[in-house]
Amino acid sequence: MSSTAQAGREPQLLSRNRSGVEVPTSVGPGSDSGRIGEPGKYPFTRGIFPDGYKGRLWTIRQYSGFGTAEESNERYKFLFAQGQTGLSVALDLPTQIGFDPTHPMARPEIGKVGVSLSNLSEAEILFQGIDLSKISTSFTINGTAAIIYAMYLAVADKQGVPREKLTGTIQNDILKEYVARGTWIFPVRPSMRLVADSILYANDTTPRFNPISIAGAHVRDAGSTAAEEMAYTLANGLAYVEELKARGGDVEKFAKRLSFFFYVHMDFFEEIAKFRAGRRLWARFMKERYDVQDPKAQHFRFGVVCGGSSLVAPQPYNNVVRVAVETMAAVMGGAQSVFTCAFDEAFQIPTEFSAELAVRTQQIIGYESGIARSVDPLGGSYFLEEHTDRMEEKILEVMREVDAYGGVEKAIEDGWIQLRLAERGMERKLDTDSGKNVVIGQNFFGRPDEEIKVGEVFTLDPTVAQRALEKFERVLQTRKQAEVEASLAKLGAAAAKDRENVMPYLVDCCHAYATVGEMVACLKKEWGEFKEPVNL
Amino acid sequence: MSNSTSRPPLAGKRILIGKPGLDGHDIGAKIIALALRDAGAEVIYTGLRRSSEQISRVAIDEGVDAVGLSILSGSHKELVRDVIATLREAGAPGLKIFVGGIIPREDFEYLKQLGVCAVFTADMPLESVVGQVAEQLS
Repeated sequence: MSSTAQAGREPQLLSRNRSGVEVPTSVGPGSDSGRIGEPGKYPFTRGIFPDGYKGRLWTIRQYSGFGTAEESNERYKFLFAQGQTGLSVALDLPTQIGFDPTHPMARPEIGKVGVSLSNLSEAEILFQGIDLSKISTSFTINGTAAIIYAMYLAVADKQGVPREKLTGTIQNDILKEYVARGTWIFPVRPSMRLVADSILYANDTTPRFNPISIAGAHVRDAGSTAAEEMAYTLANGLAYVEELKARGGDVEKFAKRLSFFFYVHMDFFEEIAKFRAGRRLWARFMKERYDVQDPKAQHFRFGVVCGGSSLVAPQPYNNVVRVAVETMAAVMGGAQSVFTCAFDEAFQIPTEFSAELAVRTQQIIGYESGIARSVDPLGGSYFLEEHTDRMEEKILEVMREVDAYGGVEKAIEDGWIQLRLAERGMERKLDTDSGKNVVIGQNFFGRPDEEIKVGEVFTLDPTVAQRALEKFERVLQTRKQAEVEASLAKLGAAAAKDRENVMPYLVDCCHAYATVGEMVACLKKEWGEFKEPVNL
Repeated sequence: MSNSTSRPPLAGKRILIGKPGLDGHDIGAKIIALALRDAGAEVIYTGLRRSSEQISRVAIDEGVDAVGLSILSGSHKELVRDVIATLREAGAPGLKIFVGGIIPREDFEYLKQLGVCAVFTADMPLESVVGQVAEQLS
């Protein structure tokens, strides 16, 4: 009852349930068929760790950040006080596509879907009072990922934190941007080079940092099936592996730092089977295609987001239940980190109330439900193993289709995957409209005249854009212009050479307070821009 | 959406689907474009990151009957205002404007006052979206 007892303590996962039964951490069939394997052993169908979440619960990682760096810094401190274990940084659209706040199209979007991080001075404010050697930071950034990563290194340099101590993730998955999320900048080829540059550099400079999170989440949320989500993601993952190998990277080394990111929607067993099948396939690709020996380089580590387009505006409190079911699926599937959407996210920026409830959902599943006690608790179930096998076959089928078309790069350049996705999204929409896809409160059991009523609405300070612009102008006036120009010139020269890694030059540009827009413009001059296929 | 015995509801209509601003989530725009096309309309899709000037120019050059704007970044008020102002300046005040995306209910009225005919959100059935567009264009 007393609330003082828990202050500052981590809840414990007990092995014994309330009936007094010792719940085993791991149960197997006795004789290992090799196909399913044991938890922590190849092919990792049952998870990458032998003891599941016993050793360490998944990372509760909420996505947040909006407005100015000052406001986001405050919000991060609030979320930490709620028990969040990792920092996740959302960036506004101008930062994501490399427009400075002064760009004519930037103004309405400054600080809207994330924080505006136009230059190093903003990053300094964002991480003020946060010890970068003690936290793990995840940046949802792709088109400008290499630049934001360089900026993070520059902040760490300024804080005096050794780079090798940095932990975190940049999404840095440009391939899916062309398909579903839209923050592409350069054509596919130079973009792949930039991704490879950042991964190779990170392997040496920040060995504990994940320089890419290969994401199926956005494709899924746009309407793909679970099997397609996994298939496109694995295909993209293999494309990055090929690129890195071509650049002289050692698979045994860089594969350890590849991680993945998915959505969890409402079909409980389909999701669990998807994750188990994906994990097994990746391990097999690494071992059989690339002869990878170190188990850590065969590991399929992934984070998930629960909610997204499975949440709807009508009867918004139903979304709390959806997120709970999805979180359970994520945990049964063996996710390493979980982000739970707030129930009101389908129509507004979450309030502190809804954001806290989303974190509590994970904590209840993690610490109260007992699900996390045992690794892969459903493993060996006739149904689930069969389901996993069938999902695996479906995933491979989609991957073969992409290969038959000519591989992911060609499929993206031609707009082939984009069109397939649009058609699939249309199909899903029609299924929801017809009631084939059940959404309680929306297409069943809704009340036609129901008004959406939500108690609180978070409102974004309308002066955010103005303040960001003022700070930006101040930086332009106080920085040393000669240093900016010199660092940009070197960046341009490096970008013009095929085998030169641009990362050290980006870090120098950040230190000189060159802006994201300036760095992008410099690279565009060498590499050009992506021509979006708009065939429908 | 259409059946073979009757004329499709949007036959002979030209509609521009635009993505103003920087938001890159285009699946909604594409689904609506496909649905309108299935209903008989000739649909032009702008692609991502179009300025209000670019959208207005295409709308006028192509002589469309309606413009649908898809916005999910929360910047719908500013962006819709800009596109409508640009269209007026360019001398195309009669075009029907539709807006879709993540639009809070309390903003519907503001958008309608700007001159938007209808606002669509993801939970609305496609049939009703197409029906409303057809009604406005009839």
